Amino acid sequence: MVNIWFFKITVVLYLLGTFKYLLFIILLRELLAKIAFISLSAGFVLHSITFILRYFEAGHIPVTNLHESLSFFAWAILGVYLAFYWRYRIKVLGAVVATLALILMIPAMALPKEILPLAPVLRSYWLPIHVVFAFLGNAVFALAFCTGIMYVIQEHQVKSKHIGAISRRLPSLGVLDEINYKALTFGFPLLTVGIITGSIWAQYAWGSYWSWDPKETWSLITWCLYAALLHQRLTVGWRGKKAAIMAIVGFFAILFTFLGVNLLLTGLHAYSNW
Amino acid sequence: MLVCHEMDLLVIGINHKTAPVEIRERVAFSGEELGRSLRKVLEHPEFTEDMILSTCNRVEIYATTRDPERGIVALKNFLAEYHGVSLEEFEKSLYVHSGSGAVRHIFRVASSLDSMVVGEPQILGQIKEAHSLAVSHNTLGIVLNKLLHRAFHVAKKVRTETKIGNSAVSISYAAVELAKKIFGTLEGKAVMLLGAGEMAELAAKHLVAVGAQRVIVVSRTYRRAVDLAMTFDGEAIEFDGFRESLKEMDIVISSTGAPHYILGPEDVVGVIKARKNKPMFFIDIAVPRDIDPRVNEIENVYLYDIDDLQAVVDTNRERREREAMKAEEIVEEEVLKFYHWYTSLDIVPTIVSLKEKFEKIRKREMSKYVASFVRITEKERKSLEALTSAIVKKILHDPITFMKSPDLNTDTAEYVNAVRKLFRLDAEGGEQTKKQGRDEGA
Repeated sequence: MVNIWFFKITVVLYLLGTFKYLLFIILLRELLAKIAFISLSAGFVLHSITFILRYFEAGHIPVTNLHESLSFFAWAILGVYLAFYWRYRIKVLGAVVATLALILMIPAMALPKEILPLAPVLRSYWLPIHVVFAFLGNAVFALAFCTGIMYVIQEHQVKSKHIGAISRRLPSLGVLDEINYKALTFGFPLLTVGIITGSIWAQYAWGSYWSWDPKETWSLITWCLYAALLHQRLTVGWRGKKAAIMAIVGFFAILFTFLGVNLLLTGLHAYSNW
Repeated sequence: MLVCHEMDLLVIGINHKTAPVEIRERVAFSGEELGRSLRKVLEHPEFTEDMILSTCNRVEIYATTRDPERGIVALKNFLAEYHGVSLEEFEKSLYVHSGSGAVRHIFRVASSLDSMVVGEPQILGQIKEAHSLAVSHNTLGIVLNKLLHRAFHVAKKVRTETKIGNSAVSISYAAVELAKKIFGTLEGKAVMLLGAGEMAELAAKHLVAVGAQRVIVVSRTYRRAVDLAMTFDGEAIEFDGFRESLKEMDIVISSTGAPHYILGPEDVVGVIKARKNKPMFFIDIAVPRDIDPRVNEIENVYLYDIDDLQAVVDTNRERREREAMKAEEIVEEEVLKFYHWYTSLDIVPTIVSLKEKFEKIRKREMSKYVASFVRITEKERKSLEALTSAIVKKILHDPITFMKSPDLNTDTAEYVNAVRKLFRLDAEGGEQTKKQGRDEGA
């Protein structure tokens, strides 16, 4: 179970990165942001190794229980952030993303981590395809959620003419809105492919493309939310605060689809107790 | 004060805090004559080095002298005689600093802590010019040269370690800062000047400087609009037609003399719809205001009036002042460092450390030599000690006599510095001196 050790070190690095980022927000010392970014990137590398090791131990992609899913979601979010970092060097966003990743990692750490035999119905090459697309889409929307929160705060500062410590630390409205749009154009196709591949897989596994299982219903609701946002954005120019609030609402729908459905409702998608 | 020193630093000057422009302009040096003025100061036997800083906000003469008291009088008289102004007219406005006070002064000036707007960076460039002018006229020696280089270093340190220059402290810069907060980049943005006031023009200039592309000038007097538009390479529009162009504008700076609102929420709602909600920034610097304040309630529209901008400027000022306190600490630290180097230029401590260095070498080599022999009698050891001591003494005799001789008077600092470098007297010893040596290289 070497992968669990890697997992634990990853959590420590994320913790360190988050802590340094939060300190950076307070003190605005560039060095802190640099250390935080390095810890986070190092954590991401170890996290990737964790998955590779676990993949070989289990013999299938390790996203089949809650511990693995939470961990994979955190990994995907950080991966998306690092990819966006190429284009948008926003350090404060790192602080928000790191916090979000940590929030996912801490329950993942507490949950049972044993590798259990794969349920027969999951033994399919559709498993990795469906799961990876769905999670990547969700991760991109998680980033839009983070910038959405930042947008709402910054917009309030500028509107109410409080140009002070908070406003200074946040990126400009223009950049935040641009990320919102970019996230939408990347996330929406990913989510769509995630749902379609899931549906094809359902045809093989359960004999029907769509069976209105709660997870399916909720992912459709999520998809509709983002479809509406994309449509409004392109036609009447929903942007700024409206788009930011939609990104926040959409992410809550994602979280409910991902967690709420498993924890509160029952359905075909419940494969493990955890 | 650096008392007991052979050479003392002096600065006398006048600035925006001590004298109004009517007085400052009478003692200011013009660019062309500055070289001659620099040489003229050195014609006085009291001075060995000098530099003149003359800007619209300050006139200062830096010099090194052996007799500070006479030096101060001489510099004052020089200013009066040179400009043909009687000393009484401006003597009250003069400030005088010597020794570490002078060091602190130049460090503070270079770091823009003494500026009219604290943190504005122009002054550093002006000092650099004054420095290179003095270099090209050969009026700088080791002390002032080193002082200036340290001042540049301190200014850079203040700039990077504090946030003193980071926030806008004028209305027009505050407008640019806000525009950046809203749009991110101003690259390719379109700006409309509604009414052609001076402040609006200034703000537009700043916006263009950071990338704004299109400028449209609207004025009730079309001629004026055309003239102003020319300076921005922009277009002029008749006042009655400005509403049609609004939808293409990202930033609108309004400063008309209209007695009532010329833009209301209903106008802007239509415009913003036509723009598909692309954000707009209205800057209303007219009094009475041109734009109905309710415009700010429209989504993706931001409206700042003159008081709002002033409030931004005020918070930025407060912030700069807080940062200035940090900067003062840096300056104090650097004054101490410079002072340390400066006092080391004294002859006596240099002779002492030179002797110490040679004695150390002698002792080390002696003990190595003695250790290599198994049998050496006390008598032999003593005679060896006597021999080596005599050699060291003989070698040092000439340099030390030279340094103590009165011929050295004018160039003390140069020689002392050369000796310290030749024998690396600063490289050894305490942590403080080590650090100093490294900084010197930088």
